[in-house]
Order: sequence, then structure tokens, then C-alpha cells
Amino acid sequence: MPKENPANLSDEDIQKLLYANFKKSILNIKFNHDFSISIESDITQDFIRFLKESRDLQYSILIDICGVDYPNRPDRFDVVYHLLSMTKNKRIRVKISTSDSQPVPSIVNIFPAAEWYEREAYDLYGINFSNHPDMRRMLTDYNFQGFPLRKDFPLTGYTQVRYDDTQKRVIQEPVELGQEFRDFDFESPWLGHISEADRNEGSEDD
Amino acid sequence: MTNAKKDNTFTINFGPQHPAAHGVLRLVLELDGEIVDRVDPHIGLLHRGTEKLIENKTYTQAVPYFDRLDYVAPMNQEHAFSLAVESLLGIDVPRRGQIIRVLYSEIGRILSHLLNITTQAMDVGALTPPLWGFEEREKLMCFYERASGSRMHAAYFRPGGVHQDLPDDLIDDIENFTETHPIVINDIEELLTENRIFKQRNVDIGFISQEDAQQYGFSGVMIRGTGLPWDLRRSQPYEIYSELQFEIPVGKNSDCYDRYLLRVEEMKQSLKIMSQCIDMLRKEGGPVSTENNKLFPPKRAEMKKSMEALIHHFKLYTEGYHVPKGEIYRAVEAPKGEFGVYLVSDDSNKPYRCKIRAPGFAHLQAMDYMCKGHMLADVSAVLGSLDIVFGEVDR
Repeated sequence: MPKENPANLSDEDIQKLLYANFKKSILNIKFNHDFSISIESDITQDFIRFLKESRDLQYSILIDICGVDYPNRPDRFDVVYHLLSMTKNKRIRVKISTSDSQPVPSIVNIFPAAEWYEREAYDLYGINFSNHPDMRRMLTDYNFQGFPLRKDFPLTGYTQVRYDDTQKRVIQEPVELGQEFRDFDFESPWLGHISEADRNEGSEDD
Repeated sequence: MTNAKKDNTFTINFGPQHPAAHGVLRLVLELDGEIVDRVDPHIGLLHRGTEKLIENKTYTQAVPYFDRLDYVAPMNQEHAFSLAVESLLGIDVPRRGQIIRVLYSEIGRILSHLLNITTQAMDVGALTPPLWGFEEREKLMCFYERASGSRMHAAYFRPGGVHQDLPDDLIDDIENFTETHPIVINDIEELLTENRIFKQRNVDIGFISQEDAQQYGFSGVMIRGTGLPWDLRRSQPYEIYSELQFEIPVGKNSDCYDRYLLRVEEMKQSLKIMSQCIDMLRKEGGPVSTENNKLFPPKRAEMKKSMEALIHHFKLYTEGYHVPKGEIYRAVEAPKGEFGVYLVSDDSNKPYRCKIRAPGFAHLQAMDYMCKGHMLADVSAVLGSLDIVFGEVDR
């Protein structure tokens, strides 16, 4: 257990500290559920390093890096970093957005733990990380093509593999569905359900 | 498969069908004689695209996927997802539901630690502990079955509460278990704790410093082994953990042996928590899930009489409920470390994005660092103490 009283560092304090250092590059800060901050991607290195090394914050653990795909935006991907400060008992979420061609600076030199998380984000979304020491695919099969977690990648995929007894090896072939892919639309409005858009019209779109 | 490389190093393949690989792990080891030069874990052989599947299912349908991550302690995973959905929906779980969740989370912790300490012993050559430990796991899985209908893939913790209340005789039997289980822990400890071979294989093996453990994003037993008293049950309490009496054991030497000792002690602490939960369950009645029928299906008996209940049931199992737009990260102290769910919702009935943060993924990543300079035989000891389950690493 951290001995310091975690209450002595409030979200507002963190916000002030970050604004003081990165005023120009902070896009927005949200306190909804978690402390979440969006920044310009070119300061990623400095920002993460600051979070880690600042005496007042000490976000010493990189919990996770992941991608999120919004295909309708010009910068279609969010890269989401989650960090944890054990001494202050605080969590923070840092978000940057990028397109499929524009690389994001890798933070492996700051957190060695980022290596696999960045490989995973590349593998599943095709997000490029510059200066990553060992960028290979992570979770998908050897020789896999495409980026499966993108929203435009079909749930069934494109290829299937099987062992071919005549060729004596595992072969890839186009996916063949035993029955038509079933995707039911249950979104018929449930009486009484008011959509978010109706509740607060004109809310900003993520 | 061996092939000669520059001067003395050669490369061997460990797994994916090696019994000490704990599932389908393929390690490419570069060896200098018997000294490990580099470890390159190839993971993903059990990748099932869980996150993609969850994006295409309703929130209710997503729950069972969490059982199949760390299949050694299924309910702890469901817990993280349920907490995330509940926070987005802004609903509270009734107190009895929370107590049952804590009770079963601790059963899950014992399930996982029993498997780990005994298979860690098997990795270094002892065969008896797994046989004794699995007998106890069997009893615990019976408790799972009697609560949820399934020994492993429970789908018992659902957003809003737990699926059903526990029968009284089940609570009695769990209490009985908390009394008999310490005897078995003692038996296993007698076999291992002072065992000369077990100590030779584990003491001072797989050391990692406090700084490096943080650099590599360790959590759970792995970080407590370095002496950092970090446990989410205490530092960021959820459910009723803040009211319970238990201790957080920490290690001194941060080696495989310390991590074994920690897991044994954590099982004893879990038993303590379980008996407290049982006392609470006997005293406190009430519902086990939220009574908002727009979110949690009505009881079957109600459906026989009430038209509205029938409609609710139908709508919940077809359309499901809508979760307001937002994003959230919620984590629980799973047996293996911090298990987190990052959920992005878009006001529809399906998660827009559900990222699963598995503790094993971070731990396995440090294999190269932890094994460098060790002997080949220590690789399996280190791997055993990392507590890897491929369901959650590969997702």
C-alpha cells in the first residue's frame, strides 16, 4: 500500500500540472469515469516520459496500449495508453489519434513493456510505430494478411486453413461458410429507450 | 530442431507441445552451451479473436467469452467486464450480490493458485503435488457448478449482479471446505516448502528488481514478490473488499521460490475472506442482482405470471440493453495480476471496442529479460512461476 495519502493529489492538480507543461498540445481532458486526456501525437514521447519521471506523478507502470478504429474519421485510429501510478494510486488514460499511414512514435525506450503492446496494436490494426526495435506480428498466424480488428475486416475473415492430405501440408484457402453469415439487427427501438443523441442534442462526436 | 550459428550459440525450439510450456507457447531459445542467451516467445497459437467477437455480440453475450480467457479462474474475468459495464450504466449491485461475487472471486483465486503451485512443482520434477491439488480443485469446481450450472465456463457474474442466489446447503459445504482445505495446503507445503530439490530449483531463480518489475508492467504476485505491497483489493477496493480483514503477503527476494510462498499464503488469506463472506451471507438476505428489469432479466417464475416480465425477457435476450456512450477502464485483482477491461460504448447494444488487459501478457513479455544468463532447465521454472495461461495471453 502506498503510504502517502492518495487524496493529496487530486485530478485537478494533475490537470494543472499537465497544462503547465504541455499547454499547446493538449486537445482535451475528461473526468468522466476515468481521467482521460487527448494529446497531439508528436509530443507522445515527451508526454509519456513526463508522466513517468515527474516526481509529482510517478506513473511508473504502463498498463496497456491499444488501438481503437473509427473508420469515418480522417485520422481513423485512436492509440490509447493506460498508465498507473502506484505511489499516488492514480490511473490515467492518454489518447492520440493517427491514420493508417502516419506512424506513432514508439515508447519502448521509455517503457520496455510497450514492445509487445505496440506489436499487438500493429498486428490487429496496422498502426505503425516508428523506432520500434522488433516489429513483427504478434497474435495472428504466421503469414497472416490484413488487420483483423479494423471495423472493415469481416468477422469471418478471408481465409481458412486446413491440413491437405494430398499435399501433406497445411494450406490456406478462401473462407467458405457452411451457412450464410447471420447478423440480426435487433436495434428496433425499445419503447422507453431514448438514445444518447436525443438526450443531449449536439454533443460532440468522438 | 537445432542448427549451428555463430561460434557457440545454437537455437532450439521449446514447445508448442512441451508439457512445461503451460499450453501452446512456442519459445525460440538461443543457447550458449546450456546458458540461455535469448528467449523469443512466439505467442498467438491460441488466438481466437475474442475482442473482435465481443464487438459483434451484445453485452450479455460477451460475458461467456471472459470465462474462456484465463480458464483456470473464470469468474474473476467476468468480474472485470461486469464492473466496467455497470459503471457505464451507472447501476449498483445489491449487497448480497457483491458478497457472492467476492466469495467466488476468492474461490477462483484458490483454483488458480492451486493449479499454479502444483504445476510449478511438476515443472521442476515433482509429480505428487498436482495430484493432491487437483483433487481440491475438483471440489471447488463443484461449487462453481452448483452455483452456475457449469464447472468452468460459468457466466455467473453478469452486469447487474450474479445470475442466481446460492442455496443454503452450498454455503454450508463451502464453509466445510474452508475448514478442511488448510489441511491439504499443509500437506502440499510439507512436500514442497522445505524440499531440497524444490528449493534448489527455485531459490534465486528468476530474480527481478522492483524497478524492472515496474518497467515491465508487472502486477499481482509478480510485483508483490519484489516487496511492493500492491494489491487492487486493498489499494483500489471494489465490491466489499474494504470491509474485509485480510493480509497482503509480500516477498523479500523476488525469486521463483518467494512467488511460490506468496501464492500459498494468498490461498490461506482467501480462505479467511471466504469465511467472512459466508458469515455475511448468513446474516444478510436480499436480492443478488439489480431489480431494474430493463437491464437484468426477470426471474422465471415471474415470467409465468407477468406479461411485462415476459417482454423484458424477450427483449433482453434478443436486442439486449443499450449502454450509454462512454469509455471506461476497470480492473480487478485476478489471481494472476491486474486483469482489466477497457470498454468503449457507443449507445448501441454491442460494445464498440473491448480491450482485454491480461496480466500474463505483460509477464510473458519479460521472459527474455528474466531468463537471460540462466540455465536451460531454469526456463521452465521461471515460466512456471510467471503463472501463464494461454487463454488470456492470446485472447
